[in-house]
Amino acid sequence: MEKETCTFSFCQKPEVVVVEADLLLIGGGMACCGAAYEAARYATPKGLKIVMVDKASTDRSGAVAMGLSAINTYVGENKVADYVKYVRGDLMGIIREDLVADLGAHVDNSVHLFEEWGLPIWKKGDDGFSLDGFQARDEGKALLKDGGTPVRSGKWQIMINGESYKVIVGEAAKAALEYNRKATGMDQNLYERVFCVKAYKDANEPNRIAAVAGFSVRENKIYIFKGKAIINAAGGAVNCFRPRSIAEGQGRAWYPVWNSGSGYALGLQVGAELTMMENRFVPARFKDGYGPVGAWFLFFKAQARNAAGEDYCTGENFEASKKLYSPYVEKLGTCLRNHMMMMDMKAGKGPIWMNTHHAMDAISKTFVEKFGEKDAQKKIKHLEAEAWEDFLDMAIGQAGLWASKNIEPDKTPSEIMPTEPYLLGSHAGCAGFWVSGPGTIPGAPKEWFWGYNRMSTVKGLFMAGDVVGASGHKFSSGSHAEGRICAKSAIALILDEPNFKPVIKETADEISAELYLPFEVYEKYKTFSTDPFTNPYYIRPKMLQARMQKIADEYFGGCATWYMTSKTMLDEGLKLLGMLKEDANKMAASNLHELLRCWENYHRILSVEAHARHILFREETRYPGYYYRGDFLAINDAEWKCFVNSTYDAATDTWNFKKVPYVELFA
Amino acid sequence: MPSYVITEKCDGCKAQDKTACQYICPNDLMALDRDLMKAYNQETEQCWECYNCVKICPQQAVEVRAYQDFAPLGANVIPMRGTDSIMWTVKFRNGSLKRYKFPIRLTAEGAWTADSIFAGLPEPNFDDLKKSGFFNGPAKAE
Repeated sequence: MEKETCTFSFCQKPEVVVVEADLLLIGGGMACCGAAYEAARYATPKGLKIVMVDKASTDRSGAVAMGLSAINTYVGENKVADYVKYVRGDLMGIIREDLVADLGAHVDNSVHLFEEWGLPIWKKGDDGFSLDGFQARDEGKALLKDGGTPVRSGKWQIMINGESYKVIVGEAAKAALEYNRKATGMDQNLYERVFCVKAYKDANEPNRIAAVAGFSVRENKIYIFKGKAIINAAGGAVNCFRPRSIAEGQGRAWYPVWNSGSGYALGLQVGAELTMMENRFVPARFKDGYGPVGAWFLFFKAQARNAAGEDYCTGENFEASKKLYSPYVEKLGTCLRNHMMMMDMKAGKGPIWMNTHHAMDAISKTFVEKFGEKDAQKKIKHLEAEAWEDFLDMAIGQAGLWASKNIEPDKTPSEIMPTEPYLLGSHAGCAGFWVSGPGTIPGAPKEWFWGYNRMSTVKGLFMAGDVVGASGHKFSSGSHAEGRICAKSAIALILDEPNFKPVIKETADEISAELYLPFEVYEKYKTFSTDPFTNPYYIRPKMLQARMQKIADEYFGGCATWYMTSKTMLDEGLKLLGMLKEDANKMAASNLHELLRCWENYHRILSVEAHARHILFREETRYPGYYYRGDFLAINDAEWKCFVNSTYDAATDTWNFKKVPYVELFA
Repeated sequence: MPSYVITEKCDGCKAQDKTACQYICPNDLMALDRDLMKAYNQETEQCWECYNCVKICPQQAVEVRAYQDFAPLGANVIPMRGTDSIMWTVKFRNGSLKRYKFPIRLTAEGAWTADSIFAGLPEPNFDDLKKSGFFNGPAKAE
């Protein structure tokens, strides 16, 4: 097929704005908000300029946009070493323990800041019951940093009133950026509603990052942001796989639907080394509404059972799983619970129920015995409100679904089910880039440290949040802390090399032509047919996404095959994905919103390709319950207890893979 | 549950340069019909039901209707977001109601500015730039 090019013969040429920064932050979520805060403190006295680019509005951008009901990583009274062991256990034995330990040692500082900035954090009352943020304040309970006792919903989780979590953290980040802007004399250093499409290397220094280009989703403007160091925290990848919902419900993704794989795509296209991209997360959540189950399991002690009321993680399921997945199955990691749940589902023993009513019943009995009928009722009502807040803070649609189905959790159980697959590195997954460690953790191999903490294998390109590989379970707080860690080392690099000036060889015209190609294609052909939606010369972003999702679902182990794939299936799927990548040259956009969707979906395609190729390389089933290699159904520690790393060469469209030894640092 | 805009209530935020819902939507979904001067959700199947458009609308013109590919009709969830707390009204399909009020923040909105954000905090020590810890405190020892 003939390749399309953009000569601006059909679409309007955009204005090009070049922004010169010292430190450039790509993303506006928790990680970049952390980076902005820490960087502003170090950069400002040195006159270094920080610029942040957010595709949305920083008040409500990133994965925490809706709010959260808990902070999932607060080490507090626990030991960092135990945090490392917990993360390793859940991620099936292969993590970068230096990164995880470093994260664990820093995360609490960010949580203390959140509280200082005004985030209401629940505290334990004198009677052992929980106090919300107002009650804790009114009773004069100490802040966490002063020894206040949080309400733990698990060993590492603390409960919050988190409706405005991102608003508060965003406000602090914006204030820090403004502090830097005023001191360094920039006109603007926060660019909202600008979508970053592509990163560019330096023209003079090989393997060094120099710039990122993007476009405004509000006006015909292209931005070329140059940076001496760049922090990429543009998030994980959602809706690469066909979701379980078939129509408007596909927006109700478990992870934010706007996480479009941009973080992965920006880094891999400049050849930054990836690690563990075979990892995915398939959370078992309340069916369809995808509301959180953590508080129900950990806080309310609810149990999940098959339709006959049996524990699916015992008996025959457990014994059969041991044959393939010992010793991991004995630890009941998250993926293995999924695995055994699905054994029952496949045997027709579903639906799987979260027995919220039994949990509430048990709690209510205890309360009545302990406090008498009257006081117990008051406490139960409080508990019920807490259960609803869990949804209303972070998955409002789940509250709506319960209301739609007349489900009252104290009377009716709710169905749970494994979702479609997600690619991410900050929640309970670890797909991302291979980055330098801190160099401070005893026993870490010297190859894990190349001078600047969290720098990728491309000089000057730092990674934070979802896009750091082999270091999951950071969640919101850990992502913020990781952004701050990145900021410090990025500033260190900038100060170490004061004479570096980023230069790119691509011209503004070339960049504009590439980014605006979907406009040119649309305008060129739109009148050929009477309906611009059905036209043989181009593909609209909606259909680009549909084809990608169908390929991923059917060949790369999505819901359609109960997460099963194999070499032969992956090979065929990759062939089809290759043609889809070619067709991306014919993406068509009729407006800026569609242009955004075109490039987002292109980023998803690159992300899911990396994912499929990693699964193909790793000849074992490392994450049973998340995906299976039918041709290598067991876990094979002898050959595969190692990292899988890859690099992509955009010029030749080829991938290189290697095994990297895993090293245990915390026995 | 995609958001929808009630025709009667929406005034297109005509006093401002852009509508509040357009400003806030994390997924660039809300658009303004300039002929009608009314906002609408331009891509309902990409709506995460984050409710940010609902919470921010000065006219309370935006609500959410449950995703019809799995939710039966008749329920709704309505927030009223104040300066320090939020009130929720959950209406069930069978008509029963639940109301909840939760804190949202303990500082005033806009409390953090360029002048206040680092006030009273330690100055950065550039000798520590490549070491553990942040400008405002050391890393946890164990």
